[in-house]
Formats: sequence, C-alpha cells, structure tokens
Amino acid sequence: MQDSTRSKPAWKRRLLGLALSTGLGFTGMAGAAEVNTTGLAVTDDTVQVGILHSVTGTMAISETGSVEAEKLAIEQINAMGGVLGRQIEIIQEDGASDWPTFAEKARKLLVQDHVAAVFGCWTSASRKAVLPVFENQNGMLYYPTFYEGLEQSKNVIYTGQEATQQIIAGLDWIAQEKDAKTFYLVGSDYIWPRTSNKIARKHIEDVLGGTVVGEEYYPLGNTNFGSLINKIRLKKPDVVYSSIVGGSNVAWWKQLKAAGITADRQTIMTISVTEDEVLGIGGENMEGFYSAMKYFQSLDNENNVAFVNAFKERWGDDSVIGDVTQAAYLGPWLWKAAVEKAGSFDIDAVAAASADIELTTAPEGYVKVHENHHLWSKLRVGQWQADGQAKVVYESELIEPNPFPEGYQ
Amino acid sequence: MDKWIAAFGGRQRLMQLLALAVLLLVILPLTLDVFRLNLLGKYLTYAFVAVGLVLCWGYGGILSLGQGVFFGMGGYCMAMFLKLEASSPENTAIQSTPGIPDFMDWNQVTELPMMWVPFHSLSLTVVLILTVPALFAFLIGAAMFKRRVGGVYFAIITQAIASIATILIIGQQGYTGGINGITDLRTLLGWDIRPDSAKYLLYFLCCILLIVCLLIGQFVLSSRYGKLLIAMRDQEDRVRFSGYDVANIKIFVFALAGVFSAIGGAMFALQVGFMSPSFVGTVVSIEMVIFCAVGGRLSLIGAVYGALLVNLAKTMLSESFPQLWIVFMGALFIGVVLLFPQGLAGIYEDYVRPRFANLFSRKSVTKDNGDKSVAQEAQS
Amino acid sequence: MGGYTSQELTAIFVMQGFSGLSLFCVFLLMALGLAIIFGQMGVINMAHGEFLTLGAYITWMVSELATQTWPWMQDFYFPLAVVLAFAGTFILGYLVEMLLIRRLYSRPLDTLLATWGLGLILQQIYRSTFGPREVSVTMPDWLMGSWAPTDIIDIPLNGLLVMGITAMMTLLVVILLYRSRWGIKVRATTQNRAMANAAGINTQRVDRFTFALGCGIAGVAGAAFTTIASTGPTTGSLYIVDTFLVVVFGGAASLLGTVVSAFGIAQSQSILEFFLSGSMAKVITLLTVVGILMFRPQGLFASKVRR
Repeated sequence: MQDSTRSKPAWKRRLLGLALSTGLGFTGMAGAAEVNTTGLAVTDDTVQVGILHSVTGTMAISETGSVEAEKLAIEQINAMGGVLGRQIEIIQEDGASDWPTFAEKARKLLVQDHVAAVFGCWTSASRKAVLPVFENQNGMLYYPTFYEGLEQSKNVIYTGQEATQQIIAGLDWIAQEKDAKTFYLVGSDYIWPRTSNKIARKHIEDVLGGTVVGEEYYPLGNTNFGSLINKIRLKKPDVVYSSIVGGSNVAWWKQLKAAGITADRQTIMTISVTEDEVLGIGGENMEGFYSAMKYFQSLDNENNVAFVNAFKERWGDDSVIGDVTQAAYLGPWLWKAAVEKAGSFDIDAVAAASADIELTTAPEGYVKVHENHHLWSKLRVGQWQADGQAKVVYESELIEPNPFPEGYQ
Repeated sequence: MDKWIAAFGGRQRLMQLLALAVLLLVILPLTLDVFRLNLLGKYLTYAFVAVGLVLCWGYGGILSLGQGVFFGMGGYCMAMFLKLEASSPENTAIQSTPGIPDFMDWNQVTELPMMWVPFHSLSLTVVLILTVPALFAFLIGAAMFKRRVGGVYFAIITQAIASIATILIIGQQGYTGGINGITDLRTLLGWDIRPDSAKYLLYFLCCILLIVCLLIGQFVLSSRYGKLLIAMRDQEDRVRFSGYDVANIKIFVFALAGVFSAIGGAMFALQVGFMSPSFVGTVVSIEMVIFCAVGGRLSLIGAVYGALLVNLAKTMLSESFPQLWIVFMGALFIGVVLLFPQGLAGIYEDYVRPRFANLFSRKSVTKDNGDKSVAQEAQS
Repeated sequence: MGGYTSQELTAIFVMQGFSGLSLFCVFLLMALGLAIIFGQMGVINMAHGEFLTLGAYITWMVSELATQTWPWMQDFYFPLAVVLAFAGTFILGYLVEMLLIRRLYSRPLDTLLATWGLGLILQQIYRSTFGPREVSVTMPDWLMGSWAPTDIIDIPLNGLLVMGITAMMTLLVVILLYRSRWGIKVRATTQNRAMANAAGINTQRVDRFTFALGCGIAGVAGAAFTTIASTGPTTGSLYIVDTFLVVVFGGAASLLGTVVSAFGIAQSQSILEFFLSGSMAKVITLLTVVGILMFRPQGLFASKVRR
C-alpha cells in the first residue's frame, strides 16, 4: 500500500521534471528536488494541506470560526510567498460532527491526498478518533481547542491550552480576588468538563484549602437548569465554576438571569464561554461574569488589532473571534515556522523541528512550542460586558504546558 | 441436494447470494485499494443490522428504532476485549494503576470493574457478543410482545431505550470511556489489526460472516417460521386464532435481528479500531432502518446493497457537497417510502429481472411471479 | 438539610415546584400537538421538533425586525410573534399533510420514516438560511428578571409567561375538541373512522385540519421556547424523544392522559435532578417510564377505542 500510494507524487515529479527542463517550473529554491521526495503532495510550486472540521451537524456552530481562521492564515501565508516558496493549497473535508467520519476523512487526507499537514478537529472525541490514524499513517495534526490534557503525541501540535494551563491560574486569581472558599462545579456530561473539574477539585481542596460543595453534570443539549439553580441558591457557594457547553450554555445563562442570579449576587467563572458563545447567549445575560481563557478579542496589542481587522475584512464585520478561533489561526503559522526551520516538509523533520518554535506575531502575544507539543501561553480572565466583549481583568505569566499533571490525576 | 437448496430459499435466492459473494469476495477486493476496501468493510457492518431489520421489520412487522443498542453491545464487547489487550501492564506503565484502560486511570478508577473482567478471554467475549443481545432482546420482547405492544408504540419505546443507553454510556465514563468511546485498539491475541494486511483479512472475515448471516436468514424465512412470520404480519389475529403463539415468533426474530446487529458491531470495532456511543443512539438507529428500506424491506440481499449504496452516496456527496448530503438523506427517507416501498429489490424484481429471465430461461419467470405476488400481497 | 431555616426550605420548595412546572409546560406544549395528531390518526410526526424550531425562528425574525426597524414595537412584539409562529407552522403543516402524510395513512410506520426525512431536510434548510450558529431573541424588558414575593423567593417572569401560554393553548385545544363542531367530527373519527365517514363526515378534511393544528401548536411552543433557551437548527430535536414518551405514556387519544403524563415526568425529573446529578435523573426518569410502559403498554389513560 505504501508503495502504491507513493506512485502519484512520482508521476507528478516526472511532469515537473519536464516543466523544469523547459524552465517553467524554476522557483529559485535550492534543493527543491530533495524537498519534493517526502512522499507528500508537494510540488515545486505548491504544497497541499488538509482542513478537517465539521461543516454540517451539531458541531458546525463551533467549528465554523476555526475553519475561517485557518483559511485566513493560509491566505496570508500565501500572500507572503508561501512556505519554502510553495503556495499552500487547501483540501477541505467535512467531519459532519460524527467521530468515525473524522477518522475516515483523516485517513483519506493522509492516505489518498498525502497532505503535508492537517488543521482540524474540535471536540476531544473527534481528536481521539483521528489520533491513531495520524500516528499510524504518520501525519501532522494541528489541534486548536482547549482540552483536558492527558495526551501527547509526536504527530499532534496542540495550539489550545491543556486543562492545567486554563484552570489553575484562573482559580488562584478568583480565590484571591473574591476571597472564595466554597466552590460549586457544574458541567456538561462528557470528558472535558469531568476532567477539568477533577483538576479544579484537587486544586481547590489541596492547594487553595477551599471546599467543593457540589459537582454536577447535565446531558449535552439539556436546556432546563431550574433544579440546579435552586441547589446553588441553597448551597450559596462563593464561586460557581461552570463548564457547560454548546446549546445548553444559552439556556443556562438565560435562566440564571431570569432567576435573578446576576453578577452582583453570585460570582461565576466559566471555562467554556468565548465570544462565539456570547453571541448566542447575549451580552446582557453574561454581564459581569468571568471567563478564563488565553485569548479575548478585545486584547489590546498590535498583533491582535491587525488580526481582528484582517479577520473582519475577510469574513465580515459581524464576525466575532473566540479563543479557539485564535488558536486555530496559530496552526498554519506554527507549521510554516517548523517547515522552514526543518527546511523540509517531511513529517518527522517537522515534528522534530516543532519544539521551541516561537511566534512573536501571535494575536495572543508571544507563544512558544514546548517539547511536549503544547504551547506555552498566558491565562487571562475576562469580565463580560453588555456589548458581548470581555474586559481583561487579569493576565498571568507564561504558563508551561503540563498535559500529565502530577498529583492532579 | 434439492431439499437443502429449498431449505435455504431456493435456487434463485442462492444464485443471488452467490453473485453477492463473488462481488464482495473477488471483484471488489481486486478493484479497490485497501483504503476504500476498509471503508466498504465498515459499511458492511451496517448491513448486518439492515439484514436483521429485514427479518424483524420487513417480515415480522416490528419496527425497532433502537437497533443501535444491539450494534453497540457487539461493538462494545469486542472493543472492551481489544482495549484490555492494548492495556497490558507494560503498555500502561506510566499510569498510576498500570494494567487498566487509560480512560479508567484518568477517571480515578483503580481496579478493573467487575463488568470488564470477562473480557480478558476472547472465547468468553465471543459468547457474550452472541448471548447478551439475544437475552436483552428476549427481555424486551417478552415484556412487550406478550402484552401485544407493537407498531408505533414499539418503535417509540425502542427509540427511548437507545436514547437512555447513550446517556448512560456517556455518563459512566470511568467504565465506558464516555463520549470519546473506547479508542486506540491495537491487537487481537497479539495480531496487529492496524496494518493493511490485517484490514484485508478482517474485510474477508466480515464478508464471510455476513454471508453466513444471510444464509441463516434465508433458512429461517424458508422454514415454517418464515411462513408464520408473513402470515402473522398480515393477519396477526388469524395466526393467533390458529393456535400459534404470536409473541414467541416475534421474540425470536427480534432476538435474531439483535444478534446479527451485534455481530456487525463487533466487526465494526475490529475494522475501525474504536467504538463510541454515537453508534448506539437514536440517529444512527434510524439511519440503519433507511439502509434496509432502500435495499428493500423484504429482501435480505437487498439490505446489503442498500447499506452499501447509501453509505457510498454519503461518502461521495459529503466529499463534494457537504450541505447537500443531509437533504439527500432526508429525500431518500421520503422518496423510498412514498415511491419505492419495496426499495431496490422491488425495482430489480419489477424491471430488471423479467428481462434477464427472458434471456436465460422461461421457467423461472413463472416461479418468480408467484414469489412476487406473495410479497406484494404481504405489503398491501 | 441541617443548617437551614424553615423559611429558606419553604422558599426552595416553592422554587423547586416552580422549576418542575416550567419543565412541565415545555413538555406539555410540545406534546399537545403531537398528541392530538397521534390520537386521531395514529401517526407519529417525527418532524414535530422541526415545526417547533420554525416557530422559534419566526419569533426570532419578528424580534430582529422589531429591534432594528421599529424600535417602538420592541416591548410588544411577542404576541404578534406568537400569532405569526402559529400561522407559519399551521400552513406548513397543512401542506405537509396534503403532500406527504395523506398518502401514508395506511402505513403508520412508514409515516415515521418519511417525517424523519422531512425533519432532516427542514434542519438543513434552517442551517442554510439562518446559519449554523444559535440565535437568541432580544427579550422585551418587561420579560426579563424575576418576581420576588418574598426576600428569598425568585419566580422567573419568562417562566410565568410560558405557563400562561401553555394554559391558553391547552384551553384552546379543550374548547376546540369538546365544544366545537370540528371537535365532534374529530372525536367521531377517532372512535370509528369508517362510521364517521358513513355519517357524512369528511374525515380527510378533519385529518388535514388536525395535523395542521398540531403543527401550529408546535409553532407556538417554539415561540415560547425562545424565552428560556436559544434557537438553532437542531433545537427541536432536543426534546423530541421525551415528548414521544410523554404522548405514549399518557395513552393515545387522551388529552387528560397527556397532561398528567407530562406533569408526572416533568416533576419527577425535576425532583430527581435536585437530589441527583442531571444525567442520572434523566436516565432514571426515562427508565421508569419505559418500565411502566412495558407493563402497561396502553399508557396511563387508555381511551376505549376500537382498533
């Protein structure tokens, strides 16, 4: 199989050889032939990459922003002359919110199309489904979502935060700021909220000396939180710590507001609400509550201003940019930097070159790839305003990614 | 010899089965690369469910919207066995409790739950794949068919069961892997299931099992049971008055359909390398029904073609027009039901076969027409 | 529950009861339309949730129009939205019955599949038209916030509104069924279709109106739904399994059964949620309902209908 699949680039190489001999294919790159022999879809002018997100199904809501950011980054890179002198071509596949489809499409991208890198996946379940494919077929995945950690792979660069980066600094801040001792943990019922709350609970109990007065999970898509709100009223926690996601989010915040639980009466910190979600929830329903993220659209630095303007110009003035969208935007840039450092598109070379890649042009500020393929990043706490934007009230130092935190498992 | 041929559905059916076998075992493996073949193998696992649905819905008149539960039982049983093998103490040495699946370790489960213990043994796993769904179907069937629940009620209740099963699996993630499912399955008794050679072998195994299931199905339909099934679907009361226990017949086909689905699920886990709750829920369960309806609800072999074609269309359409795919699927549901209630098999019987039959022999035509009119009567 | 004053406990008890009532209203509003269709025609409309979504989107469009074009309307758009939501879904229901359902009356199981397909298509249409992101209506100011009869009791106003709408719709259906000529025809058709036909009732027309009315009620449910949750292409499918169970559990052709079963399921789920985690509460409620149905398949209130 491996042999037969490599015949296609060989055929393309012959064609290119012809082009070269007529002088048309000359790109001015030294060692072009060497770069092209990686078995990937690389010619002297172009390199193909994959984008693998859900365009249909329930996850399309969340993944649209990531697709837009990745396309924007790739267009910008192409406008700057591409990667190693090659223009990037995109092959986009739809994961259809269905994990086996993700695995199937990932296989297609790697085995049939030989893409040099894939930018994609959003939920943990989709990443878990494609991970064996990327490891067996030796592909490169740039994964944008903040996630639960407990994973590390040569074939994946995690451009979002792993759980400890997002949780610990945020809890430290809120415990100090609000003098909080009691916490109520709520989440949607799946792996990310459960793992996150596990880390949060350990940190609250062992480090902060606080207590967790409740921990609860509701099925994905649940829209009735009356009982939960009553329990919160009864327990009167200092902080409600929420990781409710998706459509449930809107119902949860609306019902809190309707029940008279506003920011001046109850401190709530969430790790699952970005600008994207606020658009659906409505800024007036989120006013005063806190989100712990590494990026907010309102960040005031040169990189971000340029990024936000470019994004709005490309995808419309109504666009909002959330944490994951920004992380997705980093993917193509990090890949470009790694390829240029390695001087090759070869997967092993790129994977090896990825560690210690720095990006000073990132909208979130400065990021650096750790040996464990996660990013060093800052944590920021944003307080939501009625206009749907967050005011950054806290910014941490750069935090080292630690996907397998000792003592938190 | 003739007796045996008759017992398995007659010469005509067996020839069709042979044609399918040649297509699956010879033609397709020779023409497709391993990537497409593996996809095909995945689709074939759905065909197991569709074949089961032909028996219980097409012939038995029981529409189950919860076949995903049985598919999931088979899939999870197989996945649990494979996961245990992949989680040997050496492979999982970095965990705080080595020797248990990684997701358990993340969920602070410190010893293997009782539910998992039987899955250390392959033979026990195979036994469970076959018996658990049969038993579960028996329990549901005994409770409902004895009380003469049927039709829409049965459909809604099985759908609710599928919905409950999904919530349970997702909620108990320390024991089931939660929404991510059981992933990263590697070896079967030390034999790596991931390389291409293994994919070929598993594909052939899947085909052969499917053909065996088809033979069993044809055997059942040609037996006295099959006649009763058809009679019962059309005039349940008359069969009951004739002294037959209608409920028992229904329980039997429902259980058989459940076991077929479970075999499909087990082959799915082997070929795809993971199992997740999205194969248990209501959506996938109803999609399985459409595979069966497209193929022709009265044709076992048609169900296989239905599963293959619908999934092929899905893969192709979603590669080029992701938005269109869902509309197409919806239109398929409506179109098949409104215009072609007999599905592909009906089209074949009405348009294709008469011409073929004229070419080869005149004898079989008359025989077929007899067959067909029974089927049509049964439908109306 | 040590450490709480009796006053606090009473307050929680009241609010908990109210939260159960809100869920009951959601279930009942969704189930009403489904129940009259199922009761009369034995048809389960799998696309029911998508009719609800349509109602919700119509409400959203009216609210957008109100906030952007006619700001003076902002406080009063809601009643108009309810009427339009009803009208829109009623018309769609009417068309669907004419083009699809009518052809399948003799095959109830096939209706199930066809309406599921219809649901898929509608979902995709919503997605292409309104985008995959969830939208949220701007609520009039008078609907936000809560009513506080005492210091610690907070009753959400939007919950009260949903309750009002539910009561109104239930009343409407009762009056239509038991106090109108159409109601007589419906009940006659339900009890014995052939006899009703023989007596000169145009059962086909009765069916069409019933189906359209059921869809119209779903549209109103969608309008009410926007006040407590957001609207996306798949909003309607969230509650659909629960709603089917409510209808089946209540017993076909029994309006009282539907009300009682919606109340029972909603309250037990709400109470269990208070003592257990949300997921487990749901599993236990559904399992209990399925369990009871296995032993009493005709549902709580079976009307004596000849089949």
